[in-house]
Amino acid sequence: MNPYVPILALMAIGGGFAVFSVAAGAFTGPKRYNRAKLEAYECGIEPTPPAAGGGRFPIKYYLVAMLFIVFDIESVFLLPFAVAFDSLGVFALVEMVLFVITVFIAYAYVWRRGGLEWD
Amino acid sequence: MNAPSVDYTAVAPMLAVFVAALVAVLVEAFAPRAQRFIIQVFLATVSIATALIFVVYLATQDTSKTTAGGAVVIDGPALFLQGTILVLALMAVLTMADEASPESSAFTAQASAVPGSVDEARASRLGLVQTEIYPLILFSLVGMLLFPASNDLLTMFIALEVLSLPLYLLCGMARRRRLLSQEASLKYFLLGAFSSAFFLFGAALLYGFAGSVRLSAIAAAIADGGGTTAASAVVGKDGLLLMGIGLLAVGLLFKVGAVPFQSWTPDVYQGAPTPVTGFMAACTKVAAFGALLRIAYVAIPGVRWDWQPVIWVIAALTMLVGSIIAIVQADVKRMLAYSSIAHAGFILVGLLAMDRAGIGAVLFYLAAYGFTTIGAFALVTMVRTSTPDGGVGGEATHLSQWQGLGKRSPWLAAIFTLFLLAFAGIPLTSGFTSKFAVFSAAADQAPWGPGLVVVGVAASAIAVFFYIRVIVLMYFNDSVGDAVTVTRPGALTTLAVGVGVVATIGLGILPSAALGLANSSSVFLP
Repeated sequence: MNPYVPILALMAIGGGFAVFSVAAGAFTGPKRYNRAKLEAYECGIEPTPPAAGGGRFPIKYYLVAMLFIVFDIESVFLLPFAVAFDSLGVFALVEMVLFVITVFIAYAYVWRRGGLEWD
Repeated sequence: MNAPSVDYTAVAPMLAVFVAALVAVLVEAFAPRAQRFIIQVFLATVSIATALIFVVYLATQDTSKTTAGGAVVIDGPALFLQGTILVLALMAVLTMADEASPESSAFTAQASAVPGSVDEARASRLGLVQTEIYPLILFSLVGMLLFPASNDLLTMFIALEVLSLPLYLLCGMARRRRLLSQEASLKYFLLGAFSSAFFLFGAALLYGFAGSVRLSAIAAAIADGGGTTAASAVVGKDGLLLMGIGLLAVGLLFKVGAVPFQSWTPDVYQGAPTPVTGFMAACTKVAAFGALLRIAYVAIPGVRWDWQPVIWVIAALTMLVGSIIAIVQADVKRMLAYSSIAHAGFILVGLLAMDRAGIGAVLFYLAAYGFTTIGAFALVTMVRTSTPDGGVGGEATHLSQWQGLGKRSPWLAAIFTLFLLAFAGIPLTSGFTSKFAVFSAAADQAPWGPGLVVVGVAASAIAVFFYIRVIVLMYFNDSVGDAVTVTRPGALTTLAVGVGVVATIGLGILPSAALGLANSSSVFLP
């Protein structure tokens, strides 16, 4: 069979499903709106009216999340390295030290620019 | 288990820029504010120059090799493209660094301040100078250097992300028209994230097909099928291969700005600070086409009869759409953006040739186009609106504001005319040589090549119209009075524009040395 046939079939099924779902929802669903239904569903704080302080959103959580990712990735690499440490030798140790240094450069930047102060 | 060995000489250009980027982050953290600017500019220029010296040294050694466990390959095209990217990046950094006085700078004093807020006014009043662009540029440059030199799809993806993420930020840092700039940044980020996901999905499917992300292993898996068509490749896995190639192509064609993935280009080019636009338009295009070339020539040449027709159509559409929509643009940055879309189409024509002449033509085209582009965008930064008190305002990018520049600023108008003629492909400029090289390679080798060349020549003819229109505006229309001033360029911008002029004329009149270098660099290490 021509290899393009299953691909076209898959695209047709995917497109058909999307169109069918939207259309079915629009035709069969009851449309009884109330206040709660018109709110953003579990999407965080209300975007309007803007928050106090000129509409500047607090980005504290974002920084915490970014720092978490920095250390998360560090541990992702450190753990396999620790398991295979014996067989890898000095080369891997040097590389890992270099890697940890680069991570700490990011950390030093956040610290000096005041990213660790909560208020 | 053995640790992979790394040939540090081969990756020295990337390491030089990467170490400088890390040091630049430390400078941002620890150096006093007043000295950051000069330290950052020094670090950036010196590291790029050092990397360039390493690239030239490696090129004279004439040894192609893979290193870092086979993840990185240093061969002719990789070195040629790395050298091109480094020279172009050096020019871009010079144009960024020139405007040291905060009022005329292209970059906002504090990118995190809400446009129009008290914070922004305070940062502007304090005369803060944006220096974080330099580490961002250097990190982006590391990704660009790695992108055409990566030998497997995962390394390529990492390079793509390292290249893209700093660019998303840089787009939002324009000093004037902040909302437009932030809109550009957000659009580029959202669409870029989508395209990265497509690339990653394609890489996963190709891994499913070949059992490896190594480009040569994918080529071997295709060849194992016994034939050159997908129908005779590994039984039952063809869908994976074809879909993988398709999704991979979406990710890469987005980065080069080919139709139908071009919609971000005009908005982002218009909103981003103009020196950053020049950097993006030149260096990103070189890096992304390098990766596209490597995938097309190393990983998937075995199924070329399946993907060449698709790329043929995309190349034709890209040339036509870019050229036709550029006609109605009233903003010089948007016009240059559509022009860059059209040029992406011309370069795709060379890609289709699938032989050494095609690779050489594409390499030459990328270098020639890059020099002209950076020069053109550097000139755009100099044409400014005047403020009522006689000061220098934002950039005057509307084409009506460029009327009569030929009388008021003969040098700027003459050089911009040269760049426009090079974009149009008029003989004795680099644009003609490069277009001739890709068209002749495609006419000889590409499937239905002559047809594609006819489309290309038609698109070039359409494009000539809107380039000439700007020249007519500058020389034959009356000036708009004092509403527009042309700032005196600093030494650094003058140097960058000068390099652009010399390259544009030199590659047009005496192209043989550069063409020879591109052709001798055109062998991929499988």
